[in-house]
This record gives sequence, C-alpha cells and structure tokens, in this order.
Amino acid sequence: MARLTAVLATTHHPFYLKATTAPPEERMPQADEWKAKVEAYRETLTAAEPDILLMVGSDHFHQFFYDNYPTFLIGKQSKYDATFYNEEREFGIPKYVLDGDEDFSGFMLQGLMDRGFDFSVSHELKIDHSIICPIITTRPDADLPVVPIYTNIFAPPLPSPKRFYDLGRAIREIIDAYPTDKKVAAVGSGHLSLELGGPRQFHETGPDPEFDRNAIKWLSEGDIETILEQVTMESMTQSGNATHGFLDLILMLGIAGPEKAAYVDNLDLFHTMEMYMTWYPEGDPR
Amino acid sequence: MSKYYVNKFLFTVDRDPELLAQYKENPKQLVAKWEKEIGPRLAQGGNNEEITSVHSLTDDERKALVNHDYVALFEMGAHFFLNLTIMIALYDEEYVAKNGPLSFQREMAQKLSHWKGKDYPSVQL
Repeated sequence: MARLTAVLATTHHPFYLKATTAPPEERMPQADEWKAKVEAYRETLTAAEPDILLMVGSDHFHQFFYDNYPTFLIGKQSKYDATFYNEEREFGIPKYVLDGDEDFSGFMLQGLMDRGFDFSVSHELKIDHSIICPIITTRPDADLPVVPIYTNIFAPPLPSPKRFYDLGRAIREIIDAYPTDKKVAAVGSGHLSLELGGPRQFHETGPDPEFDRNAIKWLSEGDIETILEQVTMESMTQSGNATHGFLDLILMLGIAGPEKAAYVDNLDLFHTMEMYMTWYPEGDPR
Repeated sequence: MSKYYVNKFLFTVDRDPELLAQYKENPKQLVAKWEKEIGPRLAQGGNNEEITSVHSLTDDERKALVNHDYVALFEMGAHFFLNLTIMIALYDEEYVAKNGPLSFQREMAQKLSHWKGKDYPSVQL
C-alpha cells in the first residue's frame, strides 16, 4: 500500500517568485525573510522523500468559468501544462509542464466515487497558480508526477467546511489503499483571511489578523471540532471576501487527520498572513 | 442573468491579450464588438455556429464596462477576482511608474471604502 509520508497545507502567494528574484534595488524589505521561511518549509517536503505529489488547489477562472464550474474535479493525464497567460502577465509565473500519474488519478477518482464524492474528471486540465505556487515553493525542480484535485472555493454557493474535511478524510483512505510501494505526499494550498477587489485589499496586514492567528492554532492542533464550530461561509466572508480559500486548508487537515502538525510557521506579509504547515503521518523523518 | 454576462465579458477579455489591448485603447468600441461578436459565442469552445442567445447587458452594465468603472462593477456583484485582475491589467503599470507598487490596488480599495463594515453585494449568480 502507498505510504503517505507528508501532508503540507500552505497559503499560496502568487508574488513569491517575483518578490524573491527581483534585482536588489527593487526587492521588497521582507524578501529575504520570506525566501528563508519558504526554503525552510521546503525541507519538510524534501525530508519525506515523496515519489508522487497529490496536489489540492482551485481554479481562479483560468480554465473554468460560470458556464460550467466544477465543485470537485480531478485531472487524469500523463502530463499537465501549467500557468495561464494572465498569470504570467500579472504574477510573472513561468510556464511548466508537469508529469502526471494516470493510474493513481484513476484509482483516486474511483475511490472518491465509491465514497460518495461524485467528482468531475478532466483530461485536458491546465494547472493554475494554486498548484504551481506550492510547486515553486516546496518542489521548485517540478520533477515529481502530480495528481491534481480542484475544489470550488471561488464561485458560490460552495460546499460546506465539513464537506471539505470529509473529502480530505476520503482522500486519505484512498491514498492508504492505493496498491503501490511508492511514497505519496499531499500538498494543498489556500488562504487565511484575504480580500481581493474590495475595500480591505492590500493593507498592511491581512483583513482579519485575529482569524489568521486562530486558524493557524486550530489547524496546527488538529482541532477540527473548533473549526467546524467557528468557521461558516458567513464568518469567512466577514474575515475577507476571498477567505474561502481556507476551505482547502480544512481539506488538507482532513487528509492529515485530527493530529498536531509537526511543522508550523507563518509570515506576516503585506496584505496577507502566509502559513506553512506540515504533518508527518508516519512520524517525523527529520 | 446579465450579471453572468458582465462576468463573461471580464473573463473572456482578461484572458486574451488582443482584446485586452483594445479594451484599454478604445473601451466603447471593444464593448460594442464584444456584444456583437464574442458575447454570443459559448464561453468556452464557442464558435460562430454555436451561439447563445439568452444573455445581454443592461444599459448600466454596458456603461460600467465602457467606463472601466470598477466601483459600479463591484456594486453589481461582478466577481471580485475578475474585476480586480482586469483592472490591474489595464492600470497597474502606469500607476507603478507614477506612484510605486500597489498604488492602483490601494486606490481601488479607497474608492470602495464606503463598503467597509457592510455586507458586500453578492457575487453569487
């Protein structure tokens, strides 16, 4: 059976690459600290020696739109193009071609259907920055096959926080049941409090620093009960109009299970709180 | 259903460098062209044979798009990500050159500041 050697849950900040590769005279003051934190976080994935990455993200109206926006979708391809024109334009993120793992995608899809998660499947999925940002931060060589899972955190109505957690639990069961001797790491990205295109965007901190502190505490303690008590669609909206990316972090906790994280770090950056969290289901390899 | 059509405009123009350039250069002309040639095509994989006839812009929506009026678009419930992304594409470069990084984004926040502490117009269709 597959070994799940690490679960990573992180925010994805599309400007990381641009900020940390800018010439010195254009560098933001926090660039070096940001880079150091990301590189330390990367080590938590490297130490787990994964062979396959199960990636969780959400399309930001790059491939999918209101004409047909999938609630949950898995890619089943041998290769994936990544990065859309408007992401290159706005964020300076380069294009990638990632290897896939069709067999594992197929096993995951069937396992999800069997467990009551009727997923959409794409054979022409192009990956956007919700998956490429964590590749850039945690596996910049982009040398491992990926199985991409997309969720709708973007075009309401959205599935409930509990549904995201339960989906994570189901994904965990399927990874554990996958007949292979390979090591799998699950890497998912989302947001803490975030405002985009609204009056609280791009301030000195994220729109709701108190939520950010609580969210990191709840996740790092594996405290799904408090999360499900405290976090609703309305509460996330109050914390910032794009805070619903937190749902993907709840999903990652579902994959890890209600356990304490082995690695927890954060960075209070302009307009967002960045979070870097890792669980080791088999024990800490470091 | 016209909120869908406003979002469709933002989605299809933002992802196409030629349309985007025309939207910056001559928004009135581009909006008229879009309503005639692009809007009626299915949003994805559409062509001139497979036409959708059920959507149209209201006068206010058309005016907001022609004027790059992101406050009006926000207030109509256009999706925040599309509204922000396309306006960054149109204005960020000139604002950065004049007033430094994030100056456009901060001005946008300022112009929307009357919504602070209130329930924003829903982006749900």
